[in-house]
Amino acid sequence: MTAELRTATGESLYPRLEPLLAQVQKPIQYVGGELNAQVKPWESADVHWALMYPDAYEVGLPNQGLMILYEVLNERPDVLAERTYAVWPDLAGLMRENGVPQFTVDGHRSVRDFDLLGVSFATELGYTNLLEALDLAGVPVHVVDRDETHPVVVAGGHAAFNPEPVADFVDCAALGDGEQAVGDITDVVKAWKAQGRPGGREELLARLARVDGVYVPRFYAVTYGADGTIAAVTRTRDDVPERVGKRTVMDLDEWPYPKTPLVPLAESVHERMSVEIFRGCTRGCRFCQAGMITRPVRERTITGIGSMVEQGLKATGYEEVGLLSLSSADHSEIGQVAKELADRYEDSKVSLSLPSTRVDAFNVTLANELSRNGRRSGLTFAPEGGSERIRRVINKTVSKEDLVRTVTTAYANGWTQVKLYFMCGLPTETDEDVLEIAELAVEVIRAGREASGRKDIRCTVSIGGFVPKPHTPFQWASQASAETIDHRLRVLRQAINADRRIGRSIGLRYHDGKPGVIEGLLSRGDRRVGRVIERVWREGGKFDGWSEHFSYDRWVGAATEELAGFGVDLDWYTTRERTQHEILPWDHLDSGLDKEWLWDDWQEALSEEEVADCRWTPCYDCGVCPTMGTEIQIGPTGRSLLPLTVV
Amino acid sequence: MARQPDGPPPPPTVQKLRIRYAKRGRLRFASHRDLARALERSLRRAQVPMAFSAGFSPHPKISYIGAAPTGSASEAEYLEIGVAIRCEPEAVRAALDAALPEDIAVLECVEAGQGTGSLADRIDTSVWRVELPGVSLAELQPAVEQFLASDVVTVAKRTKNGLKDIDARPAVASASAAEEAGCAILHMVVRQVTPAVRPDDVLAALAAVADLRPPSPPRAVREAQGRLDDTGTVADPLGPDREARSSVQEEHATV
Repeated sequence: MTAELRTATGESLYPRLEPLLAQVQKPIQYVGGELNAQVKPWESADVHWALMYPDAYEVGLPNQGLMILYEVLNERPDVLAERTYAVWPDLAGLMRENGVPQFTVDGHRSVRDFDLLGVSFATELGYTNLLEALDLAGVPVHVVDRDETHPVVVAGGHAAFNPEPVADFVDCAALGDGEQAVGDITDVVKAWKAQGRPGGREELLARLARVDGVYVPRFYAVTYGADGTIAAVTRTRDDVPERVGKRTVMDLDEWPYPKTPLVPLAESVHERMSVEIFRGCTRGCRFCQAGMITRPVRERTITGIGSMVEQGLKATGYEEVGLLSLSSADHSEIGQVAKELADRYEDSKVSLSLPSTRVDAFNVTLANELSRNGRRSGLTFAPEGGSERIRRVINKTVSKEDLVRTVTTAYANGWTQVKLYFMCGLPTETDEDVLEIAELAVEVIRAGREASGRKDIRCTVSIGGFVPKPHTPFQWASQASAETIDHRLRVLRQAINADRRIGRSIGLRYHDGKPGVIEGLLSRGDRRVGRVIERVWREGGKFDGWSEHFSYDRWVGAATEELAGFGVDLDWYTTRERTQHEILPWDHLDSGLDKEWLWDDWQEALSEEEVADCRWTPCYDCGVCPTMGTEIQIGPTGRSLLPLTVV
Repeated sequence: MARQPDGPPPPPTVQKLRIRYAKRGRLRFASHRDLARALERSLRRAQVPMAFSAGFSPHPKISYIGAAPTGSASEAEYLEIGVAIRCEPEAVRAALDAALPEDIAVLECVEAGQGTGSLADRIDTSVWRVELPGVSLAELQPAVEQFLASDVVTVAKRTKNGLKDIDARPAVASASAAEEAGCAILHMVVRQVTPAVRPDDVLAALAAVADLRPPSPPRAVREAQGRLDDTGTVADPLGPDREARSSVQEEHATV
C-alpha cells in the first residue's frame, strides 16, 4: 500500500457541527451531554466502539440493549464507547454540504475513527438507516470495499438472527446476548492492533469469526437452485464454525445493567426508567420471535430487582419505573415484587408500571397493587388473536369468557381505558376470526359499563398485520398480502361501527398492510435482498419505520427490478409458504431451537394444538438448553425486600 | 364513582424560592420543555422538598418566567419553586447546581420577600449579546445605525399559524455594535412584547434595512432580564427579595 495509513485522532467535530445545529429541527438530540453519559479521552483507550441505534435519537436513546453495552464497555479502562443515532434528513443534507461526517453524540467524533461500529437492529426497517450512516461516515457501504482502517461493522439485536439481507454491508453479526460477546470481540481487536494489524482486515475478521456467537457472512458462500431456493451454504475457510450459535448470559443478578441509565434532555419515546426483571420467555407464542430466540427464561431475583430500582432512581431522578420483560406477570415472585415495591415507594411520587401482555385476572391484581395510590387510566392486554380458534393456532390460549371477565374486572377496579392488542393475517385466519374482535370489544364495553356503573369507559383495539419471523414455528408460513390485511381491517371497522351506542366507546388503531410486506421481505430475505435495500437507499429511502418517510412504491419498484434477474420476486419472499426441507437463509445460524421441533410445532399450530410452558411442565424438546448448555433460572427465592435504610 | 386519592392532601407551600440559572455551551440547543424536564428531575435528585399540587397526578410547584429561545444561550433565566419544608436558599442552589448537567448553572437562589409582589412583574426586558462570526464591525455598525434610524422595520416571523409580518423596531430600546477578536458583537436591549421580538427577528431586520447577511449562524446570549427604567437601565429582578431579606435580618439584629 502506497498511501499512508490513516490515523484516527478522535478529534471533536463539534465546532464544525455547531453552526449547522442552529438550522435544524430539535438540535438538542445531536449535542449529547445526557445525564450519565461518558466521554473518555481518545488516547486512554486501546479499542474504540461506536454504538448505533439506527433510528431517530428519541427512539434509540431509551433502547436498553444499547444502554447496557455502552455501560459494560465503558467500565473497561481500555475501551471507549460512544453513541450515534440516525440523523434526520434536514441535518444529513447540511452535513453532506459542509463535509461533516456521521458523528457520535458523546465526543462528537467521526464514526470513521472508531475500530468498531456496533449496530443494534430491533427491527429490519432500520437497514436503510445503516447504509445512510455508513455513507455519511465515509465508510464504504460494501464490506468488500473496506480496508483495515475502516471500522468493523457488527450487527446485533433480534434482527441479527437473520443478517443475510445485510450480509453485503455488515462485517459480522453477534447472535444473542451481547454483554459478554462485546468483551470477547474487544479482546480480539485489541490483540490484533497490538500486534501491528497482521494480515489486515481479512485476518481480523477470521479471528472474529472464531469468537463464540460471531458470524462473519463473507466466510460463507451461498448457492441457489433452479427454483430460486438456497442449494447450499458452505464455509469458505475451514477455521470458522459450520454453524454459529447464539450467546446466552446466565445469572442476571451478575449483570445489573444499566446501573446508571442515560437521561436525555430531549423528549424520548419512554419517559421512564426500565428494569429488566427477566430475560427469555417459554410461553411458546408461535408468532413471537423474541420468545423463541431468547430462551431459556432467566429471572432476576427479587433483591436484584429491588436494588436496581433503587439505584436507578437515585441515578436518574425518573418518576416512573417500568418492570420490563417479555411477559412480566410470569416472574415467579411478581406478586411479592409488586407489593413490596409499592410499599417501599408508597409515600414518594414514584410510580411503577408493568407492560401487561397476557390476559389474566392476576394482571389486574398486579396493576391495582402498583397503582395503589395513583391514577388508574389505561391498562393493556394482548390477546393477539381474535377468535378462540386462532388463539389455539398461535398458542396463546384464553377463552372468550375469561377475556371478557378479566377486562370487566379491570373496569370494575377503576380502570377507565383498556387497550387490546391484536394481529391480523395470522396463519389459517379467515374474516370470521378477525370479526370476532368486534364482538369481543362490544361485549367488553357492555359488561364493563354494567360492572363499573360508568358510561365513560373506553376500549381501544390496536391491530397490525402479522409478519412471519425466522427461528419461529411460523417461519414456513405464507404471509398475508397487504390487500388481505387491508380488507380484514375494513370489515372489522365496519363491524365495530355497526352499533353506534357501543361503537363510540371503542377506538380502532391500525396500521395498513404495506409496511408489513416490506418488513416480511427483510425478515425472511436472503443475500439477494441486499440489492433491493441498497437500491431503495440510493433512491432516497430511509427512516422506513416512519410512515411519513416510508415509500411502499419505492420498495416494490426496487424489488421488481433487482430481483428479476434471480427469478424471484416480492411475493416469493412473503406470501409463499415454504416446504419442510427447504434450506432457509438462517439455517446455519443457531438459536438453539431444533428445526424438527419447530416444524412439528408448525404442524401442531395447523391442527390447533397447544404446547405447554416448560417452566411448569418440564420439557427439553425445543432443544435450546441441551444445545446451548443452559438451564431455566427461576425462583421463587423466598427472599424479600428489606426496608431501605435512611441515608 | 371516580376514585379519589386516599389520605390527606399534600403539605402546603411554606416558602417560595426564586432562582436565576444559566444555559450555556451545547445546552443552548435545549428547548424550554427540555429544560423544564431536566430541572424537575434534578430537583428530585437534589432531594429538594418540593410542594405538590393535589390529585392523582401531583405536580411540583414550579413556575417558569419567560424562556430564552431554543438555540440561544442565557445567563439570566428565572424560575420560582414552592417547597413544603423551609430550606436554606444557598443549600438549594448548591444541591440543584450539582444535580444539573454541567452546561446548566444555578447562579442565585433567594427567598421570595413577603409583600414584594410577583417575579414576573419585575421582568419586561432582555439584554442580549449576539456574536456574528464572519461579520466585521465595519459591516455591523452602519446596519445597526440604519436600523435605529428607521421608524418601522417589517420582518416575516414564523409562528404556529405560518409566516406573519411584525415590526421589529419598537421593541428594541437600544442597540450598539462592538468587536471582539475580529468578530462583530451586537449588544441590544429588547422589550418583551407580544408577539415576541427575538434576536433572530432583529437580525432579519438588519438584513432588511442594510442587507447584512452573516455567513454563519450568529450566537445569541441573554445576559440579563429585568424591568427597564426611564434611564435605560435594566433592574435586577431579585433585588426586592434581597432587600426584604436584609431588612428582616436588620430587624432581628436590633431586637
